[in-house]
Amino acid sequence: MDTQLTQTSLSKSATRAASSAFRRGTITKVLTYVLLIALAALMLLPFIWMASASLKLDKDVFRFPIEWIPQDPQWENYRTIWTRIPFMTFVMNSLKLTVIITFLQVATSSFAAYAFAKLDFRGRDLLFLAYLGSIAIPWQVYMIPQFILMRELDLVDKHMSLILLQAFTAFGVFLLRQFFISVPNEILDAARIDGLSEYGIYFRIMLPLSKPALATLTIFSAVFVWNDFMGPLIYLHSESLKTIQLGLRMFIQQYSTDYALIMAASLVSLVPVVVLFLAFQRFFVEGIGTTGIKG
Amino acid sequence: MGTMKLSLKAASPSKRRRQLSKNLVAYSFILPNLLGFAIFTLVPIAFSLGLSFMHWDGANEISWAGLDNFKALRDDDTFNIALKNTLWYVGGTVPLTMACSLGLAVLLNQPIRGRNFFRTVYFFPYVASLVAVAVVWNMLFFPSAGPVNELLRTLGVDNPPRWSASVDWAMPTVVMASVWRGMGYYMVIYLAALQGIPQILYESASIDGANAWQKFRHITVPLLTPATFFISIMLTISSFKVFDLILVMTNGGPGRATNVLVLHTYNTAFRQFKFGYSSSIAMVLFALVMIITVIQFYMEKRWVEYSQV
Repeated sequence: MDTQLTQTSLSKSATRAASSAFRRGTITKVLTYVLLIALAALMLLPFIWMASASLKLDKDVFRFPIEWIPQDPQWENYRTIWTRIPFMTFVMNSLKLTVIITFLQVATSSFAAYAFAKLDFRGRDLLFLAYLGSIAIPWQVYMIPQFILMRELDLVDKHMSLILLQAFTAFGVFLLRQFFISVPNEILDAARIDGLSEYGIYFRIMLPLSKPALATLTIFSAVFVWNDFMGPLIYLHSESLKTIQLGLRMFIQQYSTDYALIMAASLVSLVPVVVLFLAFQRFFVEGIGTTGIKG
Repeated sequence: MGTMKLSLKAASPSKRRRQLSKNLVAYSFILPNLLGFAIFTLVPIAFSLGLSFMHWDGANEISWAGLDNFKALRDDDTFNIALKNTLWYVGGTVPLTMACSLGLAVLLNQPIRGRNFFRTVYFFPYVASLVAVAVVWNMLFFPSAGPVNELLRTLGVDNPPRWSASVDWAMPTVVMASVWRGMGYYMVIYLAALQGIPQILYESASIDGANAWQKFRHITVPLLTPATFFISIMLTISSFKVFDLILVMTNGGPGRATNVLVLHTYNTAFRQFKFGYSSSIAMVLFALVMIITVIQFYMEKRWVEYSQV
């Protein structure tokens, strides 16, 4: 009798423990999702608010409670911004700089990275150390001598100044070298035995094998140039040369109370980056994950 | 390697020629990048130190200043405020961003649905331009009628902070914006490191009766120290460079409440054309970054665990 009693109570408490553990599991799961969604909202709401405000009249932008979907969307805001300031010129300037700098950066970086990763030559380690060391120095430390150099070359207030400053970065060389190193030497040696020159190996073997790394650098570089603010601020003074970020700042300063228009202009400035990001975010995330840690 | 060196020493002229041509091929690969990198990065780096010992307005004769520029820094109120503000900003941004990004990464490293979706969303603010981010934050935190303060008022806060318009709140507001924007990026690095931790460690810890907190404290945290080390260095360097966000959100104000070293460098160089003096501010920035990085490397041995798992 006694033992029977303890047994039943034991099994009862066991089921109770099991079910409470189960319940705790479900609760944790629900809490996790609630937290995940709340955080996603925290990240996205500013952008959603931006989109919503961009379709309102200025006087309605700050009306509370927030009207997330405007009843009478002011689509003409998106027409107005192109006429208030030469927005199109700014977009085209940014596009031009982004394409040229990104192309030069990927081309010269991958070329140099191949030598650093796969060729043996005098002074390699010392040179690479110089590249690596320069990454740790904030560029604001040497922006003044750079500016003076550009002034001597008579390149201030020309796009060429930014192209020359941003096309040859140590970061690109470093990122691609980390990837190139992981390509097995056996493949390259086999190609050498087959009589392929180093240039041939670079073009026909290394580049095709490194598409993810090249895509990563392309995206990083394009987003950086498109978003760059301080470079253009220092170098570009003529309105016809200014970039989208300078244009956006100009818009904010000139029409500081046209809230809806400011939001519309901001949103337009984000579109290319959003498109690029959504299309290639896999490379983005993987690129940071691998090169970041193995650095 | 040793045998290769030996054979090189005893090499015939033809072998030496082959090594030379190998070198030339390698240099030809590097040259296009190196030329640009040396002229536009290495040379300016070398000159920046020299310039800080000079007087120069960019137009008249350049002259030797010795330590004058650095002595003048001591009496420059704006410099002292900017230095203090920069340390404030770095001290706020670095730990907060690290804690938030680690939290996000741990949250995402569970068996959940839609992980890629959440990861993309959290990462997104990082690719948005700082100008656009600064503008929308200023509007959301607009003191009189912004949605954040309206919300606070409906929740019963009678005098909500005036955020970027108030001397006391401007810096915390900037730090908040910067943490919000940066945490997704560092989350990705933490996430990659988390996925490198073998699952079996957690399983055997569970068998030994460890609870979730103990597992986090004694497995996750130690095995993440290499990532934490890397992130702390990257984040410190990038925080010292803060400029865009502050220029657009507060322009260093109100008063000088958010003036930082890079902003002060920019103003003295490109508005007042004191190139020498401005370079000495840049040197202080450089010295600070270097000292902190060296300390971090020195401390690395004490807390970073490079395990063999």
